[in-house]
Amino acid sequence: MEAEAAKLVGAGLAAIGAGMAAIGVGNVFGSFLESALRNPGAADGQQGRLFIGFAAAELLGLLAFVVAMILIFVA
Amino acid sequence: MAAEQGKVDPMHQFTIEPLVRWEVAGYDLSFTNSAMWMLVTTLVVALFVAGGLKRQLVPGRWQMAVEVFTGFIDDMLEANIGKEGRKYVPYVFSLFMFILFANLLGLLPLGVVGLHPFTFTSHFTVTGVLALISFSIVLIVGFWKHGFHFFSLFVPHGTPAPMIPIIFLIELFSFLIRPFSLALRLFVAMMAGHVLLKVLSGFVINGANAGIGIGALVSIPSFALMIAISALEILVAGIQAYVFALLTSLYINDAEHLH
Repeated sequence: MEAEAAKLVGAGLAAIGAGMAAIGVGNVFGSFLESALRNPGAADGQQGRLFIGFAAAELLGLLAFVVAMILIFVA
Repeated sequence: MAAEQGKVDPMHQFTIEPLVRWEVAGYDLSFTNSAMWMLVTTLVVALFVAGGLKRQLVPGRWQMAVEVFTGFIDDMLEANIGKEGRKYVPYVFSLFMFILFANLLGLLPLGVVGLHPFTFTSHFTVTGVLALISFSIVLIVGFWKHGFHFFSLFVPHGTPAPMIPIIFLIELFSFLIRPFSLALRLFVAMMAGHVLLKVLSGFVINGANAGIGIGALVSIPSFALMIAISALEILVAGIQAYVFALLTSLYINDAEHLH
């Protein structure tokens, strides 16, 4: 395989990471909502933690985007 | 911009162009479009906050809007750091407002009238400096308050003795990676959204150029998606500013209280 083609294939494969991060972010908000509906009184106090979990899950998906960008524009 | 085959280059919007050229001893210190939008953001934030400083006993709409933001940051710091957190309100508030307004101003559709907004938070240099300021505050406060006891941050209570070297390394590494993850998150989130919008705009333009049938089939759904993504981008602009401020306050909490 030519190097140029391999780069583009690699960048495309990095999109899998973005999809995985989508599962992660969905999991964070889904679990939060599930438990927030069980105990609405405690939900407001946990919003900070919700966004910390969201930020951590999202960062890993964004890293996949960075990998794709590096493969296309830098490597 | 419109390269061969009428393609819209999604990376063109991130080019930094000097507006006023200025070189000092071989260093390029030009006033760029990035610097101009930072200046605009600072001015808009200053105007917004100044409008709310009338200190009326019964606040008007504008003062209420500003107080919502200050109260929000105040509550966040109080919840995460405790009452020592009050003294960080000016820094975290400025940080939050600067990032929020930068993200939102970069989304303004001013390109219609020929004035292209530049989202400087989509550049790693800018977010990197913001993250380094936050990280420096953590280091300075940590060493100022606790001296070399600050290193106990890297060894949680009740760690078994044989595990201490490994845990120390892991905690140290995760501590040192914080400014990178903080800067990377904001920069990539802003950049990804803007690239996505430009790619979709390419679909709209090329579809419309290809004739009425393909135009209706491709351009109209793409345009509808663009509107939806723009709404999502406004949400992301707010969330990223919030996450940046939230993580900064959590890191400052580590420096204030160790574990």
